[in-house]
Amino acid sequence: MIEINHVNKWYGPTFQALKDCTTKVAKGEVVVVCGPSGSGKSTLIKCVNALEPIQEGEIILDGIKVNDPKTDLPKLRARVGMVFQHFELFPHLKIIENLCLGQEKVLGRSHDEAMAKGAKLLDRVGLKDHANKYPAELSGGQQQRVAIARALAMDPIAMLFDEPTSALDPEMISEVLDVMVDLAREGMTMMVVTHEMGFARKVAHRVIFMDQGEIVEDAQKDDFFGKPRSDRAQKFLSKILSH
Amino acid sequence: MFANFDFDVIRRSLGYLFLDGMAFTLTLTGLSALGGIIFGTLIALMRLSGFKVLGRIAGLYVDFMRSLPLVLVIFWFYFLVPYVGQWLTGASRPISVGAFTSALVTFIMFEAAYFSEIMRAGIQSISKGQPAAANALGMTYAQTMRYVVLPQAFRNMLPVLLTQTIVLFQDTSLVYVLSMPDFLGAASKVAQRDGRLVEMYLFAAVVYFTISCAASFGVRRLQARISIVR
Amino acid sequence: MNYNWNWSIFFEPAPGGTGTYFHMLLTGLWLTIQTGIFAWIIALIFGSIVGVLRTLPSKTAYWIGFAWVEFFRNMPLLVQLFLWFFVLPELLPRSWGLWLKQMPNAPFYTAAIGIGLFMSARVAVQLGAGIASLPRGQKQAATALGLTTLQGYRYVLLPIAFRIIMPPLTSEFLNTIKNTAVAITIGLIELTGQARSMQEFSFQVFEAFTAATVMYLLINIIVVTGMRFLERSLAIPGYITGK
Repeated sequence: MIEINHVNKWYGPTFQALKDCTTKVAKGEVVVVCGPSGSGKSTLIKCVNALEPIQEGEIILDGIKVNDPKTDLPKLRARVGMVFQHFELFPHLKIIENLCLGQEKVLGRSHDEAMAKGAKLLDRVGLKDHANKYPAELSGGQQQRVAIARALAMDPIAMLFDEPTSALDPEMISEVLDVMVDLAREGMTMMVVTHEMGFARKVAHRVIFMDQGEIVEDAQKDDFFGKPRSDRAQKFLSKILSH
Repeated sequence: MFANFDFDVIRRSLGYLFLDGMAFTLTLTGLSALGGIIFGTLIALMRLSGFKVLGRIAGLYVDFMRSLPLVLVIFWFYFLVPYVGQWLTGASRPISVGAFTSALVTFIMFEAAYFSEIMRAGIQSISKGQPAAANALGMTYAQTMRYVVLPQAFRNMLPVLLTQTIVLFQDTSLVYVLSMPDFLGAASKVAQRDGRLVEMYLFAAVVYFTISCAASFGVRRLQARISIVR
Repeated sequence: MNYNWNWSIFFEPAPGGTGTYFHMLLTGLWLTIQTGIFAWIIALIFGSIVGVLRTLPSKTAYWIGFAWVEFFRNMPLLVQLFLWFFVLPELLPRSWGLWLKQMPNAPFYTAAIGIGLFMSARVAVQLGAGIASLPRGQKQAATALGLTTLQGYRYVLLPIAFRIIMPPLTSEFLNTIKNTAVAITIGLIELTGQARSMQEFSFQVFEAFTAATVMYLLINIIVVTGMRFLERSLAIPGYITGK
């Protein structure tokens, strides 16, 4: 589903953000990407739908090369859902309008169709009573659930999560993770940048550990938590699991 | 397409344009900026003084000036200043003060409203701890303002004050409505005398553009330097 | 002050035979309003385009935007009006120039377009800053949904940015109206111009200018009130634009 082959990326002439990254996510697979801050994990996931350009290597999404100038990027992006660290709901649109915008303007669905789909998804994330509110009237956890619903409304073939819980107050993290766990169990293809190791243990198939722009470890979940091979991954795990 | 034009008219009138016209413009700009900043700072201090009446008066003055077109204000003062002069000196008739003085008074009074808003923002941007620290040292209100708050506010706002001065430099061209001999007025006089409107107005445009661009470039450099130091 | 006040002058017939002096000022007021609104529409249209250009990643777009703003910002408005009014017709092919010079209402159109373009530079700067102040994630979220750049601006960035810059736009609108007085120099007899003619005909300087002043103050009050109402009706619940 998602193939990342020998990707190199630089910011400016000197700073290399990604170094020869290679991995893949199969259909129905849930892959968690972790690593210390500044390790390039957010950059990597943003390259998958070309929010960030890459200079070398290739990324293939559902058989289509992302970094090919001929690729119709808006069309491709519409097929991959993305959830951001800071939710990024559109503040001037009501919740239901946030869910309809992409469906109508990108997929060309009728307003009624989009509204019906939106309402269904809001119900699914437990927020159907909030359809006519504005984003700023919701809590962080609620906003992030809306953001997930907004991505799902596009009927994506895969979902990308960029630290979906790290901007949330602790008491709101689980409501978002619950939605993500359900999604994983239904067989959604997911690539998740997160520090939530509980989530990883529960539903991930594989865990990727990144440091300084490199993929240091790419292992089956049980192998990763059982016996991480690299020192750096061990250190990171001990830090993150110690509390 | 410039075949019919006579650009030599510019060369022939350079002396008049710059030694008289531009000198008038630059002097007016410089003195108005100086006066406007001083008067504007006083207005800002009045607004922030905490005395309700004083603040109200200053606020009204600023809002009033900012509601009016500069052209109208120029007319106002052109006719008003002689009467005020008569009232101040006790003369029997309105006194004539000359084009330059009239323009200078106009621009100081008008631009002070704009400068005061900049200074007010500057003073408010200073953290509350600064005047508190000055008070703790036993300084009076005047000393606190004079030695602690205003120097910092002025320094922080220097790029904005200079940018406003560039606007003022361009605004001085409006004394044209009173046929005063500023740079544009001089260019216009030559243009009409020799029937060379195209050449003279193009030249005036280039000169204003060059000076304003160079000045804003300088302000941008200054701004970059200040933000590095901070 | 030994000045002979005569407030009844407003009800005396003005030379020209079209009515009283008061009527004369009203004609000027109406022309000020018309010119101001016409110029403001031009400023908004060009300012929006140029403001957006300044925020695009393309270098060419940025330079076009930059050049536009610098061109219109670094010359006195008066000089710009002279360029459009006296110089442009001479630089065009003869027949075009003639047509321009013979156009009825030439001062009105010159003033409206000239002031509009002059103000467009300021609108562009405000809008550019407004867009730049939005979190980067907003643009990324729009992109990730599959919206094209144009759609992203149309449905997400511009609606938020315009709300944020509403207060500075209000003062730019007022500046536009005030700047119409500069057009007195190319023969537009708007409010200030009519006050000046009244002064010349009647010698009642201060009555004429007082009346014009009051009218400008009224325009200000009406515009500020109207814009505040507009701002409030467009406000997004819970979203603080002042941050």
